[in-house]
Amino acid sequence: MTDVIVIGAGVIGCAVARELARFSLRVVVLEKARDVAEGATKSNSAIVHAGHDAPPDTHKARFNVMGNALFEALCRELDVPFRRNTSLVAAFSPADLHALEELKARGDKSGVPGLHIAKRSEVRALEPAIGREVCAALVAPTGAICCPYELTFRLAENAAANGVAFHFSCGVRTVAREDGGWRVETKEGRSFKARAVVNAAGLYADVLNNQVSAEKLTITPRRGEYLMIDKAYAGSFRATVFQVPTPMGKGILVTPTVDGTLMVGPTAENIADKTDTRTTAEGLAKIRQAASRLWNGFPVNGVIATFAGLRAHGDRGDFVIGEPPDAPGFFNAAAMDSPGLTAAPAVGAYLAEQIAGKLGAEKRSDFVAAPTHWPVFRSMSMEGRVAALALDPAHGHIVCRCENVSEAEIRASIRCRIGARTLDGVKRRTRAGMGRCQGGFCTTRILAILCEELGLAPEEVTKFGGGSHVLFSCGKELPLP
Amino acid sequence: MSAQTITCIGCPMGCRLRVLIAGGQVASVDGAGCGRGAVYARQECVCPTRMVTSLVRVQGRHAPLSVKTARPVPKEKIFACLQSIRAARVTPPVRIGDVIVADVCGTGVDVVATMACTEGDS
Amino acid sequence: MTDIDIVIIGGGPAGLAAAVAAREAGCDRLLLFERDEVLGGILPQCIHTGFGLHVFQEELTGPEYAQRFIDRVHALEIPVQCGTTVLDVTRDRVVTAVSPMCGLRQFRAKAIVLAMGCRERTRGALMIPGWRPAGVYTAGLAQRWVNREGWMPGRRVVILGSGDIGLIMARRMMFEGAKVLACVELMPYSSGLTRNVVQCLDDYDIPLMLSHTVTDIHGRERVEGVTVAQVDAQRMPVPGTEQRFDCDTLLLSVGLIPENELSKAAGVELAEATAGPVVDESLQTSVSGIFACGNVLHVHDLVDEVTRESAQAGRAAAAFARSAAGLPPPALRVRDGAGVRGVVPQAICAERVAEDVSLMFRPTAVFKDATAAVKIDRVEVARQRFRILTPGEMVKLTLPKGLFARFKGACELTVEVTE
Repeated sequence: MTDVIVIGAGVIGCAVARELARFSLRVVVLEKARDVAEGATKSNSAIVHAGHDAPPDTHKARFNVMGNALFEALCRELDVPFRRNTSLVAAFSPADLHALEELKARGDKSGVPGLHIAKRSEVRALEPAIGREVCAALVAPTGAICCPYELTFRLAENAAANGVAFHFSCGVRTVAREDGGWRVETKEGRSFKARAVVNAAGLYADVLNNQVSAEKLTITPRRGEYLMIDKAYAGSFRATVFQVPTPMGKGILVTPTVDGTLMVGPTAENIADKTDTRTTAEGLAKIRQAASRLWNGFPVNGVIATFAGLRAHGDRGDFVIGEPPDAPGFFNAAAMDSPGLTAAPAVGAYLAEQIAGKLGAEKRSDFVAAPTHWPVFRSMSMEGRVAALALDPAHGHIVCRCENVSEAEIRASIRCRIGARTLDGVKRRTRAGMGRCQGGFCTTRILAILCEELGLAPEEVTKFGGGSHVLFSCGKELPLP
Repeated sequence: MSAQTITCIGCPMGCRLRVLIAGGQVASVDGAGCGRGAVYARQECVCPTRMVTSLVRVQGRHAPLSVKTARPVPKEKIFACLQSIRAARVTPPVRIGDVIVADVCGTGVDVVATMACTEGDS
Repeated sequence: MTDIDIVIIGGGPAGLAAAVAAREAGCDRLLLFERDEVLGGILPQCIHTGFGLHVFQEELTGPEYAQRFIDRVHALEIPVQCGTTVLDVTRDRVVTAVSPMCGLRQFRAKAIVLAMGCRERTRGALMIPGWRPAGVYTAGLAQRWVNREGWMPGRRVVILGSGDIGLIMARRMMFEGAKVLACVELMPYSSGLTRNVVQCLDDYDIPLMLSHTVTDIHGRERVEGVTVAQVDAQRMPVPGTEQRFDCDTLLLSVGLIPENELSKAAGVELAEATAGPVVDESLQTSVSGIFACGNVLHVHDLVDEVTRESAQAGRAAAAFARSAAGLPPPALRVRDGAGVRGVVPQAICAERVAEDVSLMFRPTAVFKDATAAVKIDRVEVARQRFRILTPGEMVKLTLPKGLFARFKGACELTVEVTE
C-alpha cells in the first residue's frame, strides 16, 4: 500500500510526482514505456504559450497563464534551458487582423500580460525572415520555449531524488476501488494499491477515467507532424511565429528551439489509432507549404529530421483536471493537449495540493529542490571545461560531434536515478545523436557504452525498448546463398 | 555456339555487349563502343574472375579482421571461398599480407590479411 | 597556447597525405589530430578493393591503402594525436582541441589544413515518411558495424541510393548472409561505378530499380518493410506503382555532405555547389593560411584523387608556414559554365601558379560524346572529348602551369560541357 500512484511519466505525470514529493507521501509512478517522456511529451512544439488562445474561465486559460508564470522559475530551479523569446500570431489578411483583435481581447481577459498588435513594419523589424505576406501580428512578450523531454527527465530525476519510485514497462490495465483506496493492475501482471491515483495517462486517460467514473470521457489522438531544421539556421527567428488558430488548433508554426535548431509544424489530423505516430507525405508537404508562407527563404535543404506526435484531444474541449464527483481519490490530469506542456507546472502544483489536502499530508522539510545534474560539456566555458576535465578525463572524449557530447555525459545519463536504457534515452538526456548527422557517427560508440554500463550484449540494445533492437547477432550464423 | 549479353565495366557508358561463344572461345563481340569492350568480353565470358574480400574471425576478440584473395578467383568459386574464410580463425599477431587460408578451394590463390592485429587489440 | 607550424585536422586519407607532403616539403613542427582511436578515416572499414590504382599502380583494399600512409607518417615521425576532437578553429588560426589524455589545449598555427571529410545524408534530410523504427541506417554506419565491429545491422535489406557505398554494402551484407532485396535509385542512372553495379548487384541478381524511391517505412519497433514507388521526370512518386518489400533494414546511400562546421567557425567562405570551402589553386581557403583538401573540400569518387589533392594542400601549407607572408589574392575567378557544377578551385592566382592546375567538377547530367572546354576571358585554352560524362564520376582537366603566364591579369576562367 502506497499513498499515491501516478499513472504516466510524461511531463504532466512527472510534474505532479515531483510536486507530491514535497509532501510526506509515498509516491509511485507507473509508466508503460521504457522511459519517461515517451508519449506526447517527446514530440510537441516545445512552446510555453502566453495564454491568449483558450476562452477565458476555462482550465486551459487558467492553467496556461499560471503555468507560464511558474515555468521560468521551475526551469531555473531544475537547470533546464528556457527562453522567453516572445510569440507572434501572424495575420495574412484583413480577416486575420480581426481574429488578432479577438485573440488579444481574450488574452487580456485571461490576464496575459503585455499583448499588443504590431503593424507590418514592426513585425518585419522583429523578425526579418518572416513571410512577405504577413501584414500584422499579435505580439505576446511572455511567449517562451523550453525543452519538454529534458524538463520531464529532470522533474523525474528530482522526484526520484526525493523518494518517488518509478516503475517502467508497467502499462496500467485496470484501476478499481478497493477498501476505500485504489487497486491498480498492469498488463505485465503487477498489482499496486494506493490511497489516491493520478490519471496522467495521456492518450489513454479516457480508458482509466471511464473505469472509475460515470462521467465518460473520450480522447481522440490528434496527430501533428513536424520538420526539424539544422542549427546552421539558428538566428533565423528569435520569436515563435503562429498563424491565426482554427478549430483544429493553433495551426502550423515556426519556432526556434532552446537547442539552436528550428521546428516547423504541426499538422493537425484526428486519427483512430492511439499509437500511429507515422509521418505522411501529405503532412510533410503541408508543412513545407505553410513554412514557405511563414518563413521567407525557408531552407528545405536544412531539414534534419521529421517526426510526429499525438495530442490527447478530449471531447469536452478543455483539460479534465481533478476528481470526478463519483470517484473521490482519483485525480484526472486528462485531455492535456495544447497548452498542456505550459500548464504542467501549474497542474502539478494544483493536484499535489489537492491530494495532500485530501490525504492529510504535511509539507516535508527535507525536500531537495536543487538538481543533481552532470556537467554539460557543450554549454561550459573554457575554464569550466578545464575544471570538468580535471575531475573526469572522459569529458575529453567527444562522442557526438554534431552536438559536442562527451563520453562522461553519456555515462552519467545512464548512471543517474532515472537512467537511460536505450539509444533514444541517451539521446534525449544528452542530445547525442540529435544533430545533423542523426547518429551516423556516434551510434556505434553510444551502443558500446550502453553495453558496458548495463552489461548488455550489443544485440540486446534497443532504440526505445520493446522490439526496437538495433543489431542482430554476428552474421556468421546466417547461411550463404 | 552460345550467346551471352554482359555489361562492359570499362567506363560509365556501360555498353551492353552481345557475345557469341563457340568452342569455349569468344567468336564475336557486338555493341562495344571502344576496343576495351572486346578485351573485357573475352575475359568475362570465358573465365570470369573476381577479387573476394571478406572478414575472418579473430581468436580472443569480437572485432573481425579483413582479408582478400591475393589474386582474382573464378567467379563460380566466390561462395566456396567465403565459406572457407568463415571457417578460418586467426590468432594474433597478424600482419598485412599474412596468409590466412592457403590455396583457397583449390584455386591456387591464397587468402591474405589486409589489416594487422596485435595481441593487445580488442 | 603552443606555437606550431601546421595543424592538420583529420587523420583520414586527406589528412595523412597532407601531413606526409608537408613533412617532405620540410615542415618540422606539425601536428595531426584525429577524432577516432585509429588513423585512416573511413578507409579501415572499406575492406573492398579498388584503392591505389593511380597512386601505387596496384589494387589495394581500404585498410591496406591507409596502412601505407600510416607507415609513412610513422616513418617520418609526424606527431599524431588520435582520440582528439578539435572544438574550434579561429580566423587567426588558433586551434582548440580536447582529448581524455591531454585535456583541453590551444595551438597557434602558422598554417592549418582542414581535412575533416564528410558525413552521410540521412533519412531526415530526405523526409521519407512513415514510422521511425530501429533499422534505418546510413550505409557507412552499417559498414562500420559489419566490417570493423563484427555486428550485423540487418538480415533482409533494401538499399536506397546506388552510390558506390550503397552498392558495396549490398554485396558486403550478402557476403555476411543477409538477403538484399533491391537497390533503389531515384535517378534514371546509378551514381556508382559501372564496375560496382556489375560486380556488386548484377553478379548476385540484386535488382537495381532506377527511377524509384522509398515512399514509406513500415514497422513500429523494428523495420518490417518499405514501400517503393516509381518516380516521374520531376522525381515525384507515381501513384499506383507502389510495391512493398518485407525487410528488417533500410540502408541509405543517398549522398555525402562535407563536414564544414569548423571551417564555418573559422570564417571560411563556403561554395554552394560543393558545400565545401572556396579555394584557390593552392587549395587555400578565403582565410589566409587555412587550406582544405579531400572530402571536406568536395566529395570525391576516388581516394587516389584525394591523396593527390591533399599532398598539394600539404605542400602549400608548408610553403605558407615557411614564408609566413600573405599571398596576393587570386584574381582569376573560376566559374561553372553550361553543364558543369562545382569546379574546384574557384579562383586562381595566375601570377604565382606553382604547380599544374587540376580543375575538378561534375557534369550536371549524363552527357554522351561530350566536350569539356576551358576558356580564360573567352579564349579557349583547353578542350577534351569524352565518350560519356556522368554526375557520378568527377571530371579532372589539368592545365599546365606554364599556360597561366599568358593570362596574367585575366578575370574569368570558365569550364563548360557540351554534347
